[in-house]
Amino acid sequence: MNTGTRKDIYITVPMIMDMELAVSKTAEALALMSHFSSDQVDEIRHAVIEACINAMEHSDSPDRKIYLRFSVFDDRMEIRVRDRGHGFDIRCVEKPDLRRKLETGSRKRGWGLMLINNLMDDVKIEKEDPGISVIMTKQITPEHSREGAHDGV
Amino acid sequence: MTEFKVNVQKFNRFAVIRSHGYINNLGGEEIARECRNIMDTGLNELILNLQESTIVNSIGISILIEIIEEILHKNGRLAFSNLTPTVAKTFKIMGLLQFAELFETEQTAIQAFNGNSTS
Repeated sequence: MNTGTRKDIYITVPMIMDMELAVSKTAEALALMSHFSSDQVDEIRHAVIEACINAMEHSDSPDRKIYLRFSVFDDRMEIRVRDRGHGFDIRCVEKPDLRRKLETGSRKRGWGLMLINNLMDDVKIEKEDPGISVIMTKQITPEHSREGAHDGV
Repeated sequence: MTEFKVNVQKFNRFAVIRSHGYINNLGGEEIARECRNIMDTGLNELILNLQESTIVNSIGISILIEIIEEILHKNGRLAFSNLTPTVAKTFKIMGLLQFAELFETEQTAIQAFNGNSTS
């Protein structure tokens, strides 16, 4: 799948309130430079926000940092969001259902992964040592991709 | 970062709540607080205009779900208006639109709540 050029942009941020918003602005800037549509840019922003929130809320990482890598290809962007926490077993993550949550009065949280899966084209979760990486990919839609589209990156 | 704000406009049978800024847990709580204040006055029909809140995270949405639950419990009515495509998609994914209406603009929502809409 590694077609064409690839450029990697790395950032590391502390797990502090609303830092996910700052990270999403980086994602937005890179997505705009890559000529994603405005709707796709917005979806990427939201997915990155959710991935960062997941890391902040569930990783229990001792260094309280999130490590991101934005990989820009000719036809897609791949975003890796990593923490160095205790990790989790994806098989144990229950798929949330609003109607069931309302009927049972159960906890109304737990939507992050579901949103990421629906907003991005491909999502992988990899165990790290330590921690977890969530790798999200968004394809540039055909009418917006062109050779050298991200010359500015 | 821009401070989160909520603006409320009351009508006879319903109220419009307009939020400004990022809806995270704090923004969600502030919206929830205003909704509860309004419902305490007996108004159980709410329009939530998110034109100035273009980013909503899942924690904020979870709090909106709690509001939906309270409104349903009181046989009320909730509508969203002026959502960006991604926020609308997110709400749809999370199932909120099963329990709340969606209008493109605040004006069309108000018309519907006033009983003037054919939709």
